[in-house]
Amino acid sequence: MREAARPVSVRSFRQSGVSARLAVGGVALGGLVLLASLVSLSLGPVDIPVEHVAAVVLSFVGLDVAEVGRTEQLVIEQIRLPRILVGAFVGMALAVAGATMQGLFRNPMADPGIIGVSAGGALGAVIAIATGLTGLFFLALPSFAFVGAVGATFLVYGIAAAGGHFSMATLLLAGVAVNAFLGAVISAIVILLPDNEALREILFWLAGGLDSRAWEHVHISAPLIVGATVVILLRARDLNLLMLGDDEAQALGVRVGVTRVVLLAAAALATGAAVAVSGTIAFVGLVTPHILRLALGPDHRVLIPLSAIAGAVFVVVADTFARTIIQPAEFRVGVLTAFVGAPFFVLLLIRNKRQAYAL
Amino acid sequence: MQTERATSIRADELGFRVEAKALLERVRLHADQGRLVGLIGPNGAGKSTLLRAIAGVLRPHEGAVWLEGEELESIPAREVAARMALVPQIAPDTHGFTARELVLMGRYPHLGRFQIEGAADEAIAREAMELTETEEFAERTLDTLSGGERQRVFVSRALAQQPRVLLLDEPTANLDVLHKLRVLDLVRRLVDEGLTAVAAIHDLGMAARYCDRLVLLSGGRVLAEGAPEDVLVPDIIESAFGVRSAVYRDPATGSLAISLIEPADNGRAHAPSASGNGRNGQGADRHGSGAPVAARRRSG
Repeated sequence: MREAARPVSVRSFRQSGVSARLAVGGVALGGLVLLASLVSLSLGPVDIPVEHVAAVVLSFVGLDVAEVGRTEQLVIEQIRLPRILVGAFVGMALAVAGATMQGLFRNPMADPGIIGVSAGGALGAVIAIATGLTGLFFLALPSFAFVGAVGATFLVYGIAAAGGHFSMATLLLAGVAVNAFLGAVISAIVILLPDNEALREILFWLAGGLDSRAWEHVHISAPLIVGATVVILLRARDLNLLMLGDDEAQALGVRVGVTRVVLLAAAALATGAAVAVSGTIAFVGLVTPHILRLALGPDHRVLIPLSAIAGAVFVVVADTFARTIIQPAEFRVGVLTAFVGAPFFVLLLIRNKRQAYAL
Repeated sequence: MQTERATSIRADELGFRVEAKALLERVRLHADQGRLVGLIGPNGAGKSTLLRAIAGVLRPHEGAVWLEGEELESIPAREVAARMALVPQIAPDTHGFTARELVLMGRYPHLGRFQIEGAADEAIAREAMELTETEEFAERTLDTLSGGERQRVFVSRALAQQPRVLLLDEPTANLDVLHKLRVLDLVRRLVDEGLTAVAAIHDLGMAARYCDRLVLLSGGRVLAEGAPEDVLVPDIIESAFGVRSAVYRDPATGSLAISLIEPADNGRAHAPSASGNGRNGQGADRHGSGAPVAARRRSG
């Protein structure tokens, strides 16, 4: 019934082979990410014509097509480009981790936050800010956030695997408990904090943003995010089988225990790296894979790579809006994604009422 | 004369417990190449547990499983999957995969890590779906299919795996009578062509008709094993299932047929020997002796 309601073109595309869906989706989304980046590079307090943007971008690959002013070049190279790249990698990390979690939990409602990554990262960042370490060295905030994110994941996993018997349901419940606990610790720190400046910084960070992200942020996050994505890509087929259940996966040749740990760890690393450079940007990990799944089906060999590109598009576009709609002030991209993401999430809940709680 | 056949599956003294409860106790089973071995027994006898242990999805606490002379534990999971397939009793939720995509998953164990299924794999999947008459709903997602249709899709996937050993857990439980016969005929034909199969089958008549050997489990132990006519005798059936029965040759099919007459404890307050527990029919409250392949009826 639901099938028949779909337009014919979408159905036949859904039915085409893995490589066909990958190629078409990849070209379309790849074009979108390029377009979004070019537009984003030209927009801002200093308006730069798109042809100048193109000229600067081409000059990176050694093609000199036109003279561009020094200021424009600096704005593009040192301000807008690194910010866009950080946004693209963060979006990639969140969407890939989201798709992975949804596969592992066999639940389209799963999100990297479910295993405590975001709350752990937030606590790490809050500690770095509250103790004043952020003023001392640049890496303090991202490294604390990263350690917090990955640490919380290990804690949640440790609880779920306690007693030698691992259970995904326990993992979910442990995530809820750890999230609540970390949230309480953050609240306690915020309440007890005497310093208003730090308080504002914390609130800002918790809202998730990409303001004044520089090349350093690209350098510390991109390798981890790309590495984790590759690891997940290599196991995309296993993820298909894991969705059918542990017995099924094992019977079709997946080493379930090892594969699950590798996938969880990779998703946590990617999310941790994203959280470290951008704070908590909501709903990218939930919404992106879900839309793709509707159009392309559940095969993770299609879903994971295209989620990576689509997540990048989502965050780059959202951040472009965030920094241009209320110029000269700036909106927070994390707030914007939640604005779009939360209503969408509600729609998903209503549509999927039947399966929402099926684990 | 008996010809020597290679042993495809050997389970040696398998033991498996959940908490204190033994689900398998010293279970031995062997399946020769080109034979269909049926697992029969009441609910909770350990049939599914045994199949899962043989498939390697459940690690027994004692004993070992040998696949084609190699210890299962020592074979990489993917290679096991290329040689042996399992059809689960309950088709799992498949989260939006179509029947065709699901059957193609049977090809995964045969592909390299970066390889995507090609035309040859598509052809194998299509053929597997034709064999179970599921190709008409190839593009439908599994949640739109009936239980029996899903079960046939999972049989197709197992066939697409092109295994040498096929394990089936109640493959016909949800099927209508026509497809029950079709699926079992298909398995029988593949077995005659050299496949080895171990199948848990609820229906004793079907088990007798299609299997070369039967293994009767009760309470996690092997209560009886051998040719259908040696296992399916009223005494043994009563001891395992707690049901009085008549066993005879069905003139229409020529194979054994079992008429289940009534629960053995009719008129009594409890069912003392229903679970068997390896008592081998020596239960204290049994009455009558009954010869093999002979009906025992109550008068009136």
